Amino acid sequence: MKLTINGAVKEAPDALSVTGLLEHRQVKMPDMVTVELNGVILERGDFGTTVLQDGDRVEFLYFMGGGRE
Amino acid sequence: MNIERHVIEAMLAAARKAAPLEACGLCGGRDGRVSRFYELANADASREHYRMLPAEQFAAVKDMRARGLGLLAIWHSHPETPARMSEEDLRLAYTTDTVYVITSLAAPDAPDVKGFRVLEGCVEVVPVEIVETEGTGES
Repeated sequence: MKLTINGAVKEAPDALSVTGLLEHRQVKMPDMVTVELNGVILERGDFGTTVLQDGDRVEFLYFMGGGRE
Repeated sequence: MNIERHVIEAMLAAARKAAPLEACGLCGGRDGRVSRFYELANADASREHYRMLPAEQFAAVKDMRARGLGLLAIWHSHPETPARMSEEDLRLAYTTDTVYVITSLAAPDAPDVKGFRVLEGCVEVVPVEIVETEGTGES
């Protein structure tokens, strides 16, 4: 299937969950990634059960934060 | 990394407006030249921490993409401490293909801006050069 990932069209295996996509894309530290699917930010607990469909738009970004200590 | 003057000024204004809390934002540009600044909320509203809101992160990155820009830098302020990567900054620097830019207000009359790249826990200083704004600064 074709997915638009961070604005670029990519091929991915069919019936892939969001967790599976992060693994497929070899995303490091997936626990620190926020995922938006078709404009909706997903709960982390739903990554494993949300199955992607052909044509889906997926965005992912790492947590961004810090501190002085 | 080259940062257009209007972006440097916007960072400084955001840092001063938020002080004594930390401020944060994202920088878009192309070819190593930052031309657009996105001030984001500090969800922690803290003097010692910053945390961006995912919805604002996504909106900023999509806007960059629509303008033909990419995410070149992740910015935050240090209201009271020098412009250096703290241990927490390092620990939470998950986005490795970008530059972390810090504006320090430790010397209020002489604010400091520094850039850093983090690779596998090692910090490399990225020289920041202020360049004059091209066009309207709305590229």
